[in-house]
Amino acid sequence: MRCYLLVDFGSTFTKLTAVDLDKEDILATAKAVTTVETNIIEGYERALQELFNTIGGAISFEKMIACSSAAGGLKMVAIGLVEELTTEAAKRVCLGAGAKVELVLSHHINNQEIQKILDKKIDIILLAGGANGGNKECVIHNAQKLASSSITAPIVFAGNKDAIDEVTEILSEAHKTFFICENVMPKLNVLNIDDARDRIKDIFVKNIIEAKGIKKVEAIIDRVVLPTPHAVLMAAELLSKGFGDEKGWGDLVLTDVGGATTDLYSIAEGLPTQMNAVLSGLEEPFAKRTVEGDLGMRYSASGILQAMTPSDIEHYRAQGIDMVQECAKRHADIGWIPSTHEEFMVEDLLASTCIDVALSRHVGTLKSVYTPMGMMYHQTGKDLTRVGAMIGTGGVVIKSESPKQLLEQSLKHALKPHELRPKNPQYYLDQDYILSAMGLLSMENPTLALRIMKKRIVKL
Amino acid sequence: MKTIVIGVIGADVHAVGNRIIEYTLTREGYNVVNVGVLSSQEDFINAAIETSAHLIMVSSLYGHGELDCRGMRDKCNEAGLKDIILYVGGNIVVGKQDFKDVEKRFKDMGFNRVYPPGTTIDMVLDTIKADLEGLE
Repeated sequence: MRCYLLVDFGSTFTKLTAVDLDKEDILATAKAVTTVETNIIEGYERALQELFNTIGGAISFEKMIACSSAAGGLKMVAIGLVEELTTEAAKRVCLGAGAKVELVLSHHINNQEIQKILDKKIDIILLAGGANGGNKECVIHNAQKLASSSITAPIVFAGNKDAIDEVTEILSEAHKTFFICENVMPKLNVLNIDDARDRIKDIFVKNIIEAKGIKKVEAIIDRVVLPTPHAVLMAAELLSKGFGDEKGWGDLVLTDVGGATTDLYSIAEGLPTQMNAVLSGLEEPFAKRTVEGDLGMRYSASGILQAMTPSDIEHYRAQGIDMVQECAKRHADIGWIPSTHEEFMVEDLLASTCIDVALSRHVGTLKSVYTPMGMMYHQTGKDLTRVGAMIGTGGVVIKSESPKQLLEQSLKHALKPHELRPKNPQYYLDQDYILSAMGLLSMENPTLALRIMKKRIVKL
Repeated sequence: MKTIVIGVIGADVHAVGNRIIEYTLTREGYNVVNVGVLSSQEDFINAAIETSAHLIMVSSLYGHGELDCRGMRDKCNEAGLKDIILYVGGNIVVGKQDFKDVEKRFKDMGFNRVYPPGTTIDMVLDTIKADLEGLE
């Protein structure tokens, strides 16, 4: 039996997935609490033992690769010039690399903002600003600010190429660790993600996991290769596009509701489907990820309450559900697990609110403009109305008694007609929580990863 | 290379003239940044900031230019584009009005050059060249 072991060092759990290469299927999965504070290997070995118990004995693995979001994940700051342009482009690069964007800064940064970068213990700084041939004064000022600070985090420069010489001089004189990449917005409204994103991934693998004590695990497994959200994004992209003769599912939306965040991924061009719509603003990435740090089922439960209107809260109160208390309870006890039917129902309501709000922030919008030529529409962002598949993952969705209903509820299409949300998608469930593992597997064997996903991600 | 931001302001979808302007200015050796039709003042200004433009050339063909352009100079100042040159041209007001008055109103709004209907981009090239000469 030839097997691969795929490991996901999460902030809470270390999750193991064993894949049988010959049967083209998942052999077993297991998890244990992540132990990055003491020694990350302990939690891993506990999970491995559980995995062997499930399989019925120890086996050897041909390859063992891992992704990680342990020890706070990859914390980044995105710095740009104009908020809607290079700053937004920089933010999208960070999200595409699987980072948590802790800070977003635009224009000339000041001492207070430098202090915030230090306080938030940022892992990598992405410095952008100016289209090529455009403004370089701002990005040079920001490089000088970073240079004269006590910041030690690596700096990825991906701004105006005309500023590269000056920035290189400034940062090397200050003995900062820095990397020069292609501009994230080389021309107005043109997004260039790949180069900077790949560099961030490299720095994560080479520097960040070592600093976080995750690298120790490479003594017993092959290597840690990606931040977990990046692995999920790769899996989603593969599942959408297909590989070789193995067909994909086409445009899709994936939602991952966790304890601390709600992640949303869309794999689609998102071009206008509405007649008379004109696309405006910065280009959107084909594989787009957004993360809502204020929406989560436990750590961020109070954020869900804030996202609800007083009218929503009253609506639930009339049905006998006190959302204020429900959210407070989850926030106070992050280990809480629902057991009764009613408790599961409240979990579903909260999760669908998370997805609903995350969708509002992810999808494009239409704004009507009355012109002498008739009604026209400004489309900003992606049109996901015709997306064919919506996949749910994350503990609360997987454990839900009625995941389909949960996902359906979250769409609320009729209530938000100006938002370009999926209209009639087919719903799917990642019931074994395999997406990050399949992202890792896709680096070695994309066809196999695709086949397993198509088998294991079930239609609802 | 000097950078010029062009586009059609407001709820105006006249795309052809804008393309001709882009083509001509590019041929003349300018770096042309076209924000396209249905553009807001902010679209022009944001593009000018990121590209360090020297000139913003606003087109308006549908008669509502005066409403759409109001406050644009103030916004440029606010955005740090203090010395940027602003041009406007097309059918910028409603109906037949004395162009002298129209020009004065737009100049009072902070536009440096104001062009009446029927002005082609070729007719303006010398002025653009002169206005941009000596700028960094």
